[in-house]
Amino acid sequence: MEKYIFYILAIIIIVFAIASVTSKKMLRSVIYLLFVLFGIAGIYFLIDYNFLAAIQLTVYAGGIIVLIIFSVLLVHHIEMELEIAKRSRQLITAMACLLGLGVFLYTIYHHNFNVIENAKTTSTADIGSKLLSYEDGGFILPFEVISLLLLAAMVGAIVIAKGKKLTDKNDETI
Amino acid sequence: MIFGVSIYELLTVTSILFFIGVYGFITRKNLISVLISIELILNASVINFVVINKYLYPDMLQGVLFSIFIIAVAAAETALAVSIIINLYRQISSVEVKDTEIMKY
Repeated sequence: MEKYIFYILAIIIIVFAIASVTSKKMLRSVIYLLFVLFGIAGIYFLIDYNFLAAIQLTVYAGGIIVLIIFSVLLVHHIEMELEIAKRSRQLITAMACLLGLGVFLYTIYHHNFNVIENAKTTSTADIGSKLLSYEDGGFILPFEVISLLLLAAMVGAIVIAKGKKLTDKNDETI
Repeated sequence: MIFGVSIYELLTVTSILFFIGVYGFITRKNLISVLISIELILNASVINFVVINKYLYPDMLQGVLFSIFIIAVAAAETALAVSIIINLYRQISSVEVKDTEIMKY
Protein backbone atom coordinates (compact mmCIF):
# COMPACT_ATOMS: atom_id res chain seq x y z
CA MET A 1 0.00 0.00 0.00
CA GLU A 2 2.70 2.51 1.04
CA LYS A 3 4.61 1.55 -2.05
CA TYR A 4 1.82 2.65 -4.40
CA ILE A 5 1.30 5.91 -2.49
CA PHE A 6 5.02 6.58 -2.85
CA TYR A 7 4.90 5.97 -6.60
CA ILE A 8 1.90 8.28 -7.00
CA LEU A 9 3.68 10.98 -4.99
CA ALA A 10 6.89 10.57 -7.00
CA ILE A 11 4.99 10.94 -10.28
CA ILE A 12 3.19 14.03 -8.95
CA ILE A 13 6.48 15.59 -7.82
CA ILE A 14 8.35 14.99 -11.06
CA VAL A 15 5.53 15.94 -13.43
CA PHE A 16 4.74 19.17 -11.61
CA ALA A 17 8.43 20.05 -11.25
CA ILE A 18 8.87 19.74 -15.02
CA ALA A 19 5.71 21.78 -15.56
CA SER A 20 7.00 24.38 -13.14
CA VAL A 21 10.28 24.98 -14.98
CA THR A 22 8.78 24.87 -18.48
CA SER A 23 5.49 26.75 -18.06
CA LYS A 24 5.36 30.05 -19.90
CA LYS A 25 2.91 31.71 -17.54
CA MET A 26 4.51 33.01 -14.38
CA LEU A 27 1.66 32.46 -11.92
CA ARG A 28 1.01 28.94 -13.16
CA SER A 29 4.62 28.07 -12.61
CA VAL A 30 4.32 29.17 -8.97
CA ILE A 31 1.18 27.07 -8.47
CA TYR A 32 2.94 24.03 -9.95
CA LEU A 33 5.72 24.59 -7.42
CA LEU A 34 3.04 24.52 -4.70
CA PHE A 35 1.96 21.04 -5.85
CA VAL A 36 5.59 19.86 -5.81
CA LEU A 37 5.89 21.05 -2.21
CA PHE A 38 2.66 19.23 -1.26
CA GLY A 39 4.05 16.03 -2.76
CA ILE A 40 7.27 16.42 -0.78
CA ALA A 41 5.25 16.92 2.42
CA GLY A 42 3.47 13.66 1.55
CA ILE A 43 6.83 11.88 1.37
CA TYR A 44 7.73 13.20 4.84
CA PHE A 45 4.42 11.88 6.18
CA LEU A 46 5.16 8.48 4.62
CA ILE A 47 8.62 8.33 6.13
CA ASP A 48 7.18 8.95 9.65
CA TYR A 49 8.56 12.43 10.17
CA ASN A 50 5.39 14.37 10.87
CA PHE A 51 7.07 17.45 12.31
CA LEU A 52 8.99 18.25 9.13
CA ALA A 53 5.87 17.61 7.05
CA ALA A 54 4.01 20.20 9.12
CA ILE A 55 6.96 22.61 8.76
CA GLN A 56 6.98 22.01 5.01
CA LEU A 57 3.27 22.76 4.75
CA THR A 58 3.36 25.91 6.87
CA VAL A 59 6.71 27.47 5.92
CA TYR A 60 6.86 26.53 2.24
CA ALA A 61 3.25 26.20 1.16
CA GLY A 62 2.01 28.88 3.53
CA GLY A 63 4.88 31.34 3.60
CA ILE A 64 7.25 31.12 0.67
CA ILE A 65 4.59 30.49 -1.99
CA VAL A 66 2.55 33.44 -0.74
CA LEU A 67 5.69 35.61 -0.80
CA ILE A 68 6.51 34.59 -4.38
CA ILE A 69 2.91 35.14 -5.50
CA PHE A 70 3.03 38.60 -3.94
CA SER A 71 6.19 39.49 -5.81
CA VAL A 72 4.78 38.10 -9.06
CA LEU A 73 1.65 40.20 -8.69
CA LEU A 74 3.72 43.28 -7.84
CA VAL A 75 6.04 43.10 -10.82
CA HIS A 76 4.00 41.35 -13.56
CA HIS A 77 0.70 41.30 -15.25
CA ILE A 78 -1.00 38.02 -14.37
CA GLU A 79 -1.15 36.69 -17.90
CA MET A 80 2.26 37.87 -19.02
CA GLU A 81 4.09 35.42 -21.25
CA LEU A 82 7.65 34.71 -20.24
CA GLU A 83 10.57 35.02 -22.54
CA ILE A 84 12.07 31.57 -23.01
CA ALA A 85 15.56 30.54 -23.97
CA LYS A 86 16.58 29.55 -27.47
CA ARG A 87 15.81 26.02 -28.64
CA SER A 88 19.47 25.12 -29.04
CA ARG A 89 20.33 26.37 -25.57
CA GLN A 90 17.43 24.42 -24.06
CA LEU A 91 18.61 21.28 -25.80
CA ILE A 92 22.21 21.70 -24.69
CA THR A 93 21.14 22.31 -21.10
CA ALA A 94 18.82 19.30 -21.15
CA MET A 95 21.63 17.11 -22.49
CA ALA A 96 24.02 18.35 -19.80
CA CYS A 97 21.42 17.72 -17.09
CA LEU A 98 20.70 14.22 -18.40
CA LEU A 99 24.43 13.50 -18.42
CA GLY A 100 24.75 14.68 -14.83
CA LEU A 101 21.69 12.63 -13.85
CA GLY A 102 23.28 9.59 -15.47
CA VAL A 103 26.46 10.06 -13.45
CA PHE A 104 24.42 10.48 -10.24
CA LEU A 105 22.31 7.38 -10.87
CA TYR A 106 25.33 5.30 -11.88
CA THR A 107 27.06 6.25 -8.62
CA ILE A 108 23.97 5.62 -6.50
CA TYR A 109 23.15 2.23 -7.99
CA HIS A 110 26.74 1.02 -7.72
CA HIS A 111 27.04 1.95 -4.08
CA ASN A 112 26.06 -0.63 -1.53
CA PHE A 113 24.06 1.07 1.23
CA ASN A 114 23.73 -1.01 4.38
CA VAL A 115 20.13 -0.19 5.17
CA ILE A 116 18.91 -0.91 8.71
CA GLU A 117 15.34 -2.20 8.79
CA ASN A 118 13.43 -0.18 11.36
CA ALA A 119 10.07 1.42 11.99
CA LYS A 120 11.09 4.39 14.10
CA THR A 121 8.96 7.50 14.34
CA THR A 122 10.74 10.76 14.95
CA SER A 123 8.68 12.44 17.62
CA THR A 124 8.58 16.17 18.14
CA ALA A 125 9.72 15.74 21.76
CA ASP A 126 12.97 14.07 20.60
CA ILE A 127 13.65 16.89 18.17
CA GLY A 128 12.95 19.56 20.77
CA SER A 129 15.21 18.07 23.43
CA LYS A 130 18.02 17.48 20.93
CA LEU A 131 17.66 21.01 19.53
CA LEU A 132 17.95 22.60 22.98
CA SER A 133 20.53 20.30 24.55
CA TYR A 134 23.93 21.80 25.32
CA GLU A 135 25.69 18.48 25.90
CA ASP A 136 27.79 16.60 23.34
CA GLY A 137 26.04 16.52 19.99
CA GLY A 138 23.49 19.09 21.07
CA PHE A 139 22.24 21.72 18.67
CA ILE A 140 21.79 24.76 20.89
CA LEU A 141 24.44 26.87 19.11
CA PRO A 142 23.11 26.37 15.53
CA PHE A 143 19.62 26.98 16.90
CA GLU A 144 20.64 30.37 18.29
CA VAL A 145 22.60 31.22 15.15
CA ILE A 146 19.60 30.45 12.97
CA SER A 147 17.35 32.66 15.10
CA LEU A 148 19.87 35.50 14.70
CA LEU A 149 20.01 34.85 10.95
CA LEU A 150 16.23 35.07 10.66
CA LEU A 151 16.22 38.36 12.56
CA ALA A 152 18.97 39.76 10.33
CA ALA A 153 17.13 38.59 7.21
CA MET A 154 13.93 40.26 8.42
CA VAL A 155 15.66 43.59 9.09
CA GLY A 156 17.59 43.38 5.82
CA ALA A 157 14.49 42.61 3.78
CA ILE A 158 12.67 45.60 5.26
CA VAL A 159 15.62 47.95 4.64
CA ILE A 160 16.13 46.78 1.05
CA ALA A 161 12.47 46.73 0.03
CA LYS A 162 11.79 50.08 1.63
CA GLY A 163 14.34 51.66 -0.69
CA LYS A 164 15.50 55.25 -0.65
CA LYS A 165 13.24 56.60 2.03
CA LEU A 166 15.01 54.72 4.82
CA THR A 167 18.57 54.93 3.58
CA ASP A 168 18.89 58.66 3.05
CA LYS A 169 16.55 61.34 4.20
CA ASN A 170 15.01 61.99 0.85
CA ASP A 171 11.37 62.95 0.61
CA GLU A 172 11.14 61.96 -3.03
CA THR A 173 10.00 58.38 -2.80
CA ILE A 174 9.69 56.40 -5.94
CA MET B 1 11.60 4.19 6.55
CA ILE B 2 8.94 3.35 4.01
CA PHE B 3 8.34 -0.40 3.80
CA GLY B 4 8.52 -1.77 0.29
CA VAL B 5 10.42 1.25 -1.06
CA SER B 6 14.19 0.95 -1.28
CA ILE B 7 16.58 3.83 -0.70
CA TYR B 8 17.59 3.66 -4.36
CA GLU B 9 14.14 4.68 -5.58
CA LEU B 10 13.98 7.62 -3.18
CA LEU B 11 17.45 8.82 -4.19
CA THR B 12 16.46 8.47 -7.85
CA VAL B 13 13.46 10.75 -7.33
CA THR B 14 15.55 13.36 -5.52
CA SER B 15 18.27 13.27 -8.20
CA ILE B 16 15.67 13.85 -10.91
CA LEU B 17 14.18 16.73 -8.90
CA PHE B 18 17.63 18.26 -8.41
CA PHE B 19 18.44 18.20 -12.13
CA ILE B 20 15.05 19.61 -13.06
CA GLY B 21 15.96 22.49 -10.76
CA VAL B 22 19.36 22.91 -12.43
CA TYR B 23 17.71 22.90 -15.86
CA GLY B 24 15.27 25.61 -14.82
CA PHE B 25 18.06 27.64 -13.22
CA ILE B 26 19.99 27.75 -16.49
CA THR B 27 17.21 28.15 -19.04
CA ARG B 28 14.90 30.64 -17.30
CA LYS B 29 15.38 34.35 -18.00
CA ASN B 30 13.34 35.76 -15.17
CA LEU B 31 14.61 36.36 -11.65
CA ILE B 32 11.49 34.95 -9.97
CA SER B 33 11.67 31.79 -12.09
CA VAL B 34 15.31 31.39 -11.06
CA LEU B 35 14.14 31.65 -7.44
CA ILE B 36 11.58 28.88 -8.04
CA SER B 37 14.30 26.65 -9.48
CA ILE B 38 16.46 27.26 -6.41
CA GLU B 39 13.56 26.13 -4.23
CA LEU B 40 13.39 22.87 -6.18
CA ILE B 41 17.13 22.25 -5.69
CA LEU B 42 16.94 22.99 -1.96
CA ASN B 43 13.94 20.70 -1.51
CA ALA B 44 15.74 17.83 -3.23
CA SER B 45 18.66 18.22 -0.82
CA VAL B 46 16.33 18.32 2.21
CA ILE B 47 14.67 15.05 1.16
CA ASN B 48 18.14 13.51 0.76
CA PHE B 49 19.13 14.49 4.30
CA VAL B 50 15.95 13.01 5.79
CA VAL B 51 16.03 9.82 3.71
CA ILE B 52 19.67 8.98 4.41
CA ASN B 53 19.14 9.62 8.12
CA LYS B 54 16.04 7.45 8.24
CA TYR B 55 17.40 4.55 6.21
CA LEU B 56 21.04 4.29 7.26
CA TYR B 57 21.25 5.76 10.78
CA PRO B 58 17.80 5.48 12.35
CA ASP B 59 19.11 6.10 15.89
CA MET B 60 20.63 9.48 15.07
CA LEU B 61 18.86 12.81 14.67
CA GLN B 62 21.51 14.85 12.85
CA GLY B 63 19.96 14.58 9.38
CA VAL B 64 16.46 15.47 10.45
CA LEU B 65 17.73 18.46 12.43
CA PHE B 66 19.81 19.74 9.54
CA SER B 67 16.72 19.58 7.32
CA ILE B 68 15.01 22.06 9.66
CA PHE B 69 18.02 24.39 9.43
CA ILE B 70 18.02 24.15 5.64
CA ILE B 71 14.35 25.12 5.53
CA ALA B 72 15.01 28.12 7.82
CA VAL B 73 17.90 29.32 5.64
CA ALA B 74 15.77 28.85 2.51
CA ALA B 75 12.99 30.95 4.02
CA ALA B 76 15.43 33.75 4.90
CA GLU B 77 16.97 33.60 1.45
CA THR B 78 13.59 33.79 -0.29
CA ALA B 79 12.52 36.80 1.77
CA LEU B 80 15.74 38.66 0.92
CA ALA B 81 15.58 37.71 -2.75
CA VAL B 82 11.99 38.91 -3.05
CA SER B 83 12.88 42.25 -1.45
CA ILE B 84 15.86 42.64 -3.82
CA ILE B 85 13.62 41.83 -6.81
CA ILE B 86 11.02 44.40 -5.75
CA ASN B 87 13.69 47.05 -5.24
CA LEU B 88 15.21 46.23 -8.63
CA TYR B 89 11.82 46.51 -10.29
CA ARG B 90 11.38 49.97 -8.82
CA GLN B 91 14.66 51.15 -10.29
CA ILE B 92 14.82 49.58 -13.74
CA SER B 93 11.18 48.41 -14.20
CA SER B 94 12.23 44.94 -15.18
CA VAL B 95 13.12 41.65 -13.52
CA GLU B 96 14.75 40.00 -16.51
CA VAL B 97 18.26 38.66 -15.97
CA LYS B 98 19.67 40.43 -19.03
CA ASP B 99 18.56 43.87 -17.79
CA THR B 100 20.19 43.41 -14.42
CA GLU B 101 23.55 45.09 -14.82
CA ILE B 102 24.08 46.96 -11.57
CA MET B 103 23.83 45.73 -8.03
CA LYS B 104 24.91 48.97 -6.41
CA TYR B 105 23.19 52.26 -7.07
